[in-house]
Amino acid sequence: MAAKNLSVFDAIGPRMVGPSSSHTAGAARIALVGRKIVKGRIKEVQFFLHGSFSKTYKGHGTDRALLGGILGYSTEDPRIVDAYAKAKEEGISYSFIPTDLGDDYHPNTVKMLITNEAGVQVEVIGESIGGGSINIVQLNGLRVEFTGEFYTLIVKQRDVPGVAAHITQCIASEEINVAFMRIYREEKGNVAYTVIEADEEISASAVEKIKEKRDLIKDAFIVSLR
Amino acid sequence: MNFKNGSELEALCMETGKSMAQVCIEREVELSGRSEENIREEMKLNYVVMKNAVERAKNETLHSMGGLIGGEAQKLHARMQSGKTVCGTRISKAMAAAMGVMEVNASMGLIVAAPTAGSCGILPGAVLTTAEAYGWDEEQILDALFVAGAIGLIIMRNATVSGAEGGCQAETGSAAAMAAAGIVSVLGGSPRQALDAAAVALKNVMGLVCDPIAGLVESPCQKRNAIGVANALLSAEISLAGIPSIVPFDEVVDAAYRVGKKMPMELRETALGGLAATPTACSLCSRIYN
Ligand code: SF4
Repeated sequence: MAAKNLSVFDAIGPRMVGPSSSHTAGAARIALVGRKIVKGRIKEVQFFLHGSFSKTYKGHGTDRALLGGILGYSTEDPRIVDAYAKAKEEGISYSFIPTDLGDDYHPNTVKMLITNEAGVQVEVIGESIGGGSINIVQLNGLRVEFTGEFYTLIVKQRDVPGVAAHITQCIASEEINVAFMRIYREEKGNVAYTVIEADEEISASAVEKIKEKRDLIKDAFIVSLR
Repeated sequence: MNFKNGSELEALCMETGKSMAQVCIEREVELSGRSEENIREEMKLNYVVMKNAVERAKNETLHSMGGLIGGEAQKLHARMQSGKTVCGTRISKAMAAAMGVMEVNASMGLIVAAPTAGSCGILPGAVLTTAEAYGWDEEQILDALFVAGAIGLIIMRNATVSGAEGGCQAETGSAAAMAAAGIVSVLGGSPRQALDAAAVALKNVMGLVCDPIAGLVESPCQKRNAIGVANALLSAEISLAGIPSIVPFDEVVDAAYRVGKKMPMELRETALGGLAATPTACSLCSRIYN
């Protein structure tokens, strides 16, 4: 039972490659967010499949949908069916590993280890929560929470005073209406992530402005599914 | 312009003199900030995907991921050619369309979740077949889909359309309710009649469990889409004949939600009960996954 105002397109939609909104469409969307988090060409990806994903992934095409997302395909892109061949063409190696992440995770969860050309690896955990909706719940070992449905910006920063103020200033100067802003801190080290979800598109110039403070900001990038 | 349930939707139609489709579109304009044209365009994209899926299954032999279904639409069409259908051409066509869309879905083809992927055959099967029979233009088809969407979002808001939460009544029952209301509305029924048709369709399958073999959206899902179109068409007919639903739509939605809540976990998409737990299903399951 949702209290928010549903759209008529929540009832008729999404347009998607079958067979399952949670096991196919949602899986593609999680991987698509993963792709956006990684810089540069992707070389390798390992998918750790948890819960129902681990048991029924073949019959639901979850594997192809995940790989499709890594290739940049949306839920309605028919190329998802040929994702294996396309991944080979693009020189991306992949593996699917059934696993048990524990009871804390939703039954339809995948952990992705994505490595780019330069050898940089990111770890993303996403849950497919029904009807094609997703939650990204972990980023490089850090608990986070965002859906990709808003315009979403992730900032990787030094965990020192003044950073949050700098980010909000840059966003405010572009007159962007922020829906949510959260800061996640690593326990060790002094790295933190800020996740901003906005109703309007976050411009490239705002992102550049944020990155200008090189001493504070390690990285900033857009990961929305819109 | 907003509504939380069927009676609010009906009241808005009566106050403004506008059709259910129009009220639904104006609500969407208000909530999304998009133009009416833009919203109609989006629904048209959905309509085109539905139409293509129906056509595809008619012309192609499709193979599902789990191998449990494929080729049913073509078999039904072959039987129609023989002129000996039990159901008559209209229902046979609608059924073939619905089962065909489910073949497209199960073979990783493009479909529109309506309201879910598991029930994606019912709305195109019932609405597009009726549209063809009555010679509806595109605007009328889109109107039927908007009314269906209004019913769907009311059920999503006040109950659920997920098999994992409410059983198959929530998926194929909702889809049939949506289609029935859309058809009644475009064929000139009053808002109350459209809601009654939706109520009847939902009542007809109250308590239906979700028990997909091997956890896949193939069997019994595909045949429940066939009965779903029949359910939609019969419910529309009942309502258009002036036979009311004794229990009003909003109460039926609430009852279905309560019934779903009472269903044990085994009968809600987990593939641990119902048909999914039969010896045949279990042996199919080990064939598919080994
Ligand atoms: S049996 Fe379950 S999965 Fe199949 S259509 Fe019904 S609700 Fe959907």
